[in-house]
Amino acid sequence: MSSSKPGVAGAEPLRKEVAGRRPWNRRHVLDTDDWSREEIETVLDQTRAMREILQRPIRRAPPLRGRTVILFFAEASTRTRVSFELAAKALSADVTNITASGSSVEKGESLYDTVRTLQALGGDVVVMRHASSGAPYFVAERTDAAVINAGDGWHAHPTQGLLDAYTLRDAVGDLEGKRVAIVGDVLHSRVARSDINTLLPLGARVTLSGPPTLIPSAWRCGQLPPGVTYEPDLDRALDGADAVIALRLQRERQETGLLPSLREYARVWGLTAERVGRMRPGAPVMHPGPMNEGIEIDAAVAHGTRSLIETQVTNGVAVRMALLYLLAATVPLEERV
Amino acid sequence: MRFDRHAFEAKGHLVVPGFIDLHAHLREPGFEDSETIETGRRAALRGGFTTICAMPNTEPPIDSPGLVKELLGRGHGVNGARVHYVATITRGRKGRELADMVELAAAGAVAFSDDGSPVQDPRLFRSALEYARVTGRPVIEHPEDLALSAKGVMHEGTVSARLGLPGIPAAAEETAVARDIALARMTGARLHLTHLSTGGSIDLVRRAKADGLPVTCDVTPHHLAMTDEWVAGSRALAWEVEDEALRAGPYESSTKVNPPLRGRADVRALWAGLVDGTVDAIATDHAPHASVKKEVEFDQAAFGISGFETAVALVLGGVGVHWAALGTVIDALTVGPARVLGIEVPRDDWTVIDRDAEWIVRADEMASKGKNTPLIGRTLTGRVVATVVGGEVAYEGEARVTEAISRR
Repeated sequence: MSSSKPGVAGAEPLRKEVAGRRPWNRRHVLDTDDWSREEIETVLDQTRAMREILQRPIRRAPPLRGRTVILFFAEASTRTRVSFELAAKALSADVTNITASGSSVEKGESLYDTVRTLQALGGDVVVMRHASSGAPYFVAERTDAAVINAGDGWHAHPTQGLLDAYTLRDAVGDLEGKRVAIVGDVLHSRVARSDINTLLPLGARVTLSGPPTLIPSAWRCGQLPPGVTYEPDLDRALDGADAVIALRLQRERQETGLLPSLREYARVWGLTAERVGRMRPGAPVMHPGPMNEGIEIDAAVAHGTRSLIETQVTNGVAVRMALLYLLAATVPLEERV
Repeated sequence: MRFDRHAFEAKGHLVVPGFIDLHAHLREPGFEDSETIETGRRAALRGGFTTICAMPNTEPPIDSPGLVKELLGRGHGVNGARVHYVATITRGRKGRELADMVELAAAGAVAFSDDGSPVQDPRLFRSALEYARVTGRPVIEHPEDLALSAKGVMHEGTVSARLGLPGIPAAAEETAVARDIALARMTGARLHLTHLSTGGSIDLVRRAKADGLPVTCDVTPHHLAMTDEWVAGSRALAWEVEDEALRAGPYESSTKVNPPLRGRADVRALWAGLVDGTVDAIATDHAPHASVKKEVEFDQAAFGISGFETAVALVLGGVGVHWAALGTVIDALTVGPARVLGIEVPRDDWTVIDRDAEWIVRADEMASKGKNTPLIGRTLTGRVVATVVGGEVAYEGEARVTEAISRR
């Protein structure tokens, strides 16, 4: 959601200057569901500039000098947190952590109390991960900081959607008319939702595949967003696809009656080399990690030539740098340290 | 002040019998930070309700004859609605053993309900219906299969799919309605199904009535006026076109209610049920909550909307677009609920309405302690000008309101 409130103090004029060619004046990054193609492309272009910085011998630029980025992870996550931390540090921001383990969040402090603390601490950007869908909206409404959603419940993981779009575009070119298969537990997946929200405006079509119990019921019954289809048969979903994104399968889905067995899941919806061969020649394989090798993806596929899984991780840092830059830069990127 | 009907009618106001709400939560005893009997009674009057039924999900629950008598003896000052108390079906609302239903009825309980924690064991519910039949009091059932609704927090549909929130499928209500009707058929007991929210539920009741079963039902003003799009930020009433300027952010916990706000087709089906007589009553399910229960993550927030003070405007909105006749909704707010409860419509209770008054819902103007309504800040049309209990004007709108009206 956009907001009419001004951005982080002092960042406004600079942001217009650096991103002047295309509109990008978001105050928060909560979801990409209402982003235009232009806004997404601005972030992807900015990401390219950030990749260049990451390839320098000294991976550091000054744009966020004097800014404080608070990483508020109320749900365990190492990869995303470290990725944001590297991104913030590469842009010279001061970074501090409020993590779940050992923090007051675990002691039952309410989100409301945490927000008041965040507000009092005066961070410029709050990067948050939370188990409840919508929690970043709650925080964004009650703080002056820019809020970046690093994953909320089943809802959204905007930076993952953007890094997946960047990675895909880098691998297969313009996404217009391309078909991407997303396989697995779509129902509980914020990654799937954000991938859909980011890929559709770029012109891609999405085919969902997975067990019927792990697809939102409305989507299974034909009420899908335009551009998205559901194909329970994985072979058919992959036939001629331009890329595939496998989702992580939580092992507890079997215990809650949503799956007969992990073994059956692996046989029916696991990505094997044979299945991957049904896609267009060279079509890439992606996964948001961490992977359950042998369940949703075979080791040979995960580490094979088509796999972009490690590239996704590298691009993740660049995308997060791009967003931090667009939200809170104090100094232009071109200035050297 | 004695009620002078002609003075109000001369101003062009509508004077109708005082509204009867067969489903409300007054939170006392136990949750006085959310509402008390006194604040609830005052809020009811502001909404035009002169008689209200308090649900027993209090702490302690209203499951003993002594507590019913005690509550009936608590303050019944003139500046509040008349209160009936609904007693629990099972002891402690735990769904394991029946409460002393015969004695509860003798003590003055108007009906029985484990509202919010519906009796899941069908055998026990059958026994409850058999017992209710002996007492002559209805069972007010909140139909929900808790295994199906599981951890759901909103209507299961396209909006929940988009927002990534666990859904409560329509079938969680409909399977319970079907079970309850089958048991009512078997026992011949008076079954009242409360706050029905889906077209499928209305169809089941329609069929049961056609079969001559003593089954009745009600719907709430919020289910008649709002859809699941409200959870995503829409603030357009069901008959209005989407208005970007009105939109709120998504995940506002004030839109979290059980049963959840449903889809547009369900809303239309509820109105159709009102029009053809399938729906007997409009009940608010007024569910006030202290802000600490709502100022939390959406999935952690308490279910419920504070409903007394906005009910009339919502219902009249549908009348304004001809989704039902004025007489139909007034009946559903007066003689309808009286018939369900088997009580008389108090002869000298009146509600005076200015159908054209435009007003903004403001938290600080609400008499209820619960400010939990997604209507805060919205402009509504139609407002209660005065409420009369026993021939005395028990509530009259503030000077500000009256001024606004006279300027018209």
